[in-house]
Amino acid sequence: MFDDLRELYQEVILDHGKNPRNFGAMDDANRAARGDNPMCGDRITVYLSVDDEGVIREATFSGQGCAISTASASMMTEIVKGKTVDDAKELFQSFHNMCTKDHCDMSAHEESDPDAVERLTVLSGVRQFPVRVKCATLAWHTLNAATTSADEAEPETVTTE
Amino acid sequence: MNDAATLAEAAVGHNRPEPYDVERIRQDFPILQREVYGQPLVYLDSAASAQKPRQVIEAVESAYQEDYSNVHRGVHFLSQRATDRFEASREAAARFVNAASSDEIVFTRGGTESINLIAATYGRKFLREGDEIVISHLEHHSNIVPWQMLRDEKGLKLKVVPVDDDGNFLLDAYAELLGPKTRFVAITHMSNALGKVIPAKEVIRLAHQRDIPVLLDGCQAVSHQAIDVQELDVDFYVFSGHKLYGPTGVGVLYGKMDLLDKMPPYQGGGEMISSVTFEESTFKPVPHRFEAGTPAIVQVIGLGAALQYVNDLGIENIAAHEAGLMEYAHQRLAEIKGLRILGSTENKASIVSFTMEGAHAHDIGTIVDRAGVAVRAGHHCAQPLMDRFDIAASARASFGLYNTFGEVDALAESLNAVTEIFG
Repeated sequence: MFDDLRELYQEVILDHGKNPRNFGAMDDANRAARGDNPMCGDRITVYLSVDDEGVIREATFSGQGCAISTASASMMTEIVKGKTVDDAKELFQSFHNMCTKDHCDMSAHEESDPDAVERLTVLSGVRQFPVRVKCATLAWHTLNAATTSADEAEPETVTTE
Repeated sequence: MNDAATLAEAAVGHNRPEPYDVERIRQDFPILQREVYGQPLVYLDSAASAQKPRQVIEAVESAYQEDYSNVHRGVHFLSQRATDRFEASREAAARFVNAASSDEIVFTRGGTESINLIAATYGRKFLREGDEIVISHLEHHSNIVPWQMLRDEKGLKLKVVPVDDDGNFLLDAYAELLGPKTRFVAITHMSNALGKVIPAKEVIRLAHQRDIPVLLDGCQAVSHQAIDVQELDVDFYVFSGHKLYGPTGVGVLYGKMDLLDKMPPYQGGGEMISSVTFEESTFKPVPHRFEAGTPAIVQVIGLGAALQYVNDLGIENIAAHEAGLMEYAHQRLAEIKGLRILGSTENKASIVSFTMEGAHAHDIGTIVDRAGVAVRAGHHCAQPLMDRFDIAASARASFGLYNTFGEVDALAESLNAVTEIFG
């Protein structure tokens, strides 16, 4: 077995991939968006319940994807719960940098949310697998779109392309 | 070996084709000598694009280095040389599919453009609102989307022939779909996602009973079986060069002359005209009418070398070798727990598409890649077919003329790592 494969498929990713948390449609969501990865056919929908203060009260997702995209979505729904939409977006930006750049400074989030930083660092193992970066970021792109969607009855669709 | 033994062997071998020596054949493919991640390359993605023998690479190189010029234009020496080599490929393509005339061979950018050309010319001219086009559930997106675009433009209907749970084309259902409004049939000869081969002759015969023309998408089939367009009586047959061990950027459209002849031009420009004034232009006869602009000269020449290469090996010999690989692959993969092969083994060529319990195709692809094994993972540009089997994606190993039994073993062993991680 190759070390970088071990690094990518760490226990926490395999666990979230097999047993995704917050999985399923949310009936009373007030934000939603669909995300497609046309390259591999992954499709997910992210549902959010955002209160008047802009805090994400609930986050769930549904759909089909690989271990990386499922684990990423699962961990994301846990991470963003209780955060403001703005904080979630900021976290996404940092995570995106972490997946695509050699050096990324997560220290801004380290203090406020060490748990999130740790989990996202695990996922950033995809950096060694450039074609898989989109798998790790699909859920976050979709979340980003959901936060700007106005009408959850007609979810906006984003793609990784 | 003594003389007598040599003579005896020569006598026995006299009427037999040379045995298929895959190790010698592999020497023709420079890329197969390379390693990936420190492992020997095991290339099982020829259905996406095949590797090129040095005969093709050398033909491309010599075309640039010795015979390069534009074609059909200059009176000078090189123009004649380039034109001769370009047109020799047309002859070779005509012989390869046994066309009645090389004038029935149109060069395009690929299989996709060949289909788009037919939709944009034959389709626009001869199909009318309310007419029906029959395609199948096995189609690659390139034999779906051009017809959807034409449907939306002209108000046509698309009818889709179903497949059974084993991936078999359902001939009876097809026959029932053919009706008084059916004006065109466009079906893949071989599924790129499952490897299933359709009963082409019957498909064509049934359509012709109602005077409906048939297009076969031969992009996959053409590298695994002999194609005889006259024997099939097919109206249009299309394929790409790069899946047939030739260069990218070139495809072939075969059409029966009487159909091509009544089709309007595809694109306008140089090369396809007889004369141009500002009032009007007149067009060249088939096939040049469909080849506006400077064509992919060198790629067409390279395709000629690829056809020659496949002919020299013999497509029947290639098919027999690949059938052996397929049988062995099914046997080896069946041993892997939780692995499910899509599509039953009958009428199947050179493609094994599979899923594994608990592991997404994308993860399978990444893991075996680290062992040097190149497979395709995804929807294979056949999303409706994936939906039919209620999966988002599959892993696909596809075999070409250069693959070995040892490479099937390498695939099976690399899949054990998947089980190790996800099992």
